[in-house]
Amino acid sequence: MSALVETAVYRSVQGVVEKNEELAQQVLKNEARINQLEIEIDDMAIGLLALQAPLAADLRLITAAIKINNDLERMGDLSVSIAESAMALVREPVIRPSIDIPHIAALAQGMVRKALDAFVSRDSELARSVLASDDAVDNLRTASYHELTSFMENNSSQIPQALRLLTVVRNLERIADHATNIAEDVLFLVKGIDVRHHNEQRAPVASG
Amino acid sequence: MNPALIGSPSQPVTLSDAKLSAKDLSFYYGTFQALYNISLSIAPHKITAFIGPSGCGKSTFLRTMNRMNEILRNTRVEGELTLDGQDLLAMDVTTVRRRVGMVFQKSNPFPKSIFDNVAYGLRVNGMHKRSVVEEAVERSLTHAALWTEVKDKLNKPATALSGGQQQRLCIARALAVEPEVLLLDEPCSALDPIATLKIEELLFEIKSLTTIVIVTHNMQQAARLADYTGFFFMGKLVEFDDTRVMFQNPHKKETEDYITGRFG
Repeated sequence: MSALVETAVYRSVQGVVEKNEELAQQVLKNEARINQLEIEIDDMAIGLLALQAPLAADLRLITAAIKINNDLERMGDLSVSIAESAMALVREPVIRPSIDIPHIAALAQGMVRKALDAFVSRDSELARSVLASDDAVDNLRTASYHELTSFMENNSSQIPQALRLLTVVRNLERIADHATNIAEDVLFLVKGIDVRHHNEQRAPVASG
Repeated sequence: MNPALIGSPSQPVTLSDAKLSAKDLSFYYGTFQALYNISLSIAPHKITAFIGPSGCGKSTFLRTMNRMNEILRNTRVEGELTLDGQDLLAMDVTTVRRRVGMVFQKSNPFPKSIFDNVAYGLRVNGMHKRSVVEEAVERSLTHAALWTEVKDKLNKPATALSGGQQQRLCIARALAVEPEVLLLDEPCSALDPIATLKIEELLFEIKSLTTIVIVTHNMQQAARLADYTGFFFMGKLVEFDDTRVMFQNPHKKETEDYITGRFG
């Protein structure tokens, strides 16, 4: 599941950056497999909850897996959306606003890879490094928004392409958000702490 | 786990290769009817669990399967009960109990040595060749996950073992005569969680050797262990299905209420 989604993110971005329609098509083709795996993983997790009454680390693993599964499937959907933008952009005249999609994409992909590596190796430090990257992606998205707005004001004939690029940027930022969610789930899994919504102190179970 | 199984109404009630099969089985203690028209099949080399509140009939049904209720006066069975298609109710009772072994809630080792406890069934069945008996004792104790703990003290009294060890010894004693079915009536209710886990693990292992039917008050034990689970209530079999269906998506409201603790 992780590998399929990581590949989907990569291919959809390459589809935009290289104007490669074939890569974008592959993303659409693999979506059904990702959806099927989402169902199978949830089914397995629910079966374990129903029959094995998991506790402590086992319980955290299964609840984290259910949430991560959901984030992965959403990333798959966002990759499909990026791939669709890529396929549309291939057919339209090239525009050159000064936004750096490859840079945003590299950041988002790095977050996805680190979050998944952190899950596999139960590495809380790596998970924390993902949280730290989220602001950088958010800032780039905001900068791109301003850049594309002024580009559209000056190039009214190219608004459709600019809007597509805006969608791509927004989807990349959403992918980074899902990577952040996964990193938060990894911290819950490894440390039993809930760091969501900037609450560093919160423990899931009140102690003392 | 096959997702297609979830929520499917397929009940393993009429298996063609059933090890044990009950059809319209009713049971009476005097004028009190304890079981009402029970029909079900026990799948071979699977673990089947029966759950339900006290007095629901699950133990009575289990005991009917090796004719243990016959020792009580004024009891009566109606309906059919077959073992490999043969009429279990008409069979020689000694044969039934050799083919269908039983382990009880309270461990009941004989006041003999560990070795003699396990060898007992073989000897009363006429096997006195020492090498054969020794081999069977070691094999049975190994299957019961007790061999490494007792192999150096086989001549010590069985009653000196811990509660969990005594229960595993009773399972070894039952396994020694290679029963086709092993019935267990609340085998872990007097044991701590570690001893319980050992029994559950060994039952899972010996599925390949025999067919297991277990009555338990512990729903989680049924969930962890059983392939199929039946819910008894007021002498009736309310629902019987794949364990995962029973615990995740039961079809009957009574089952749902019982397993979620909303009973009565």
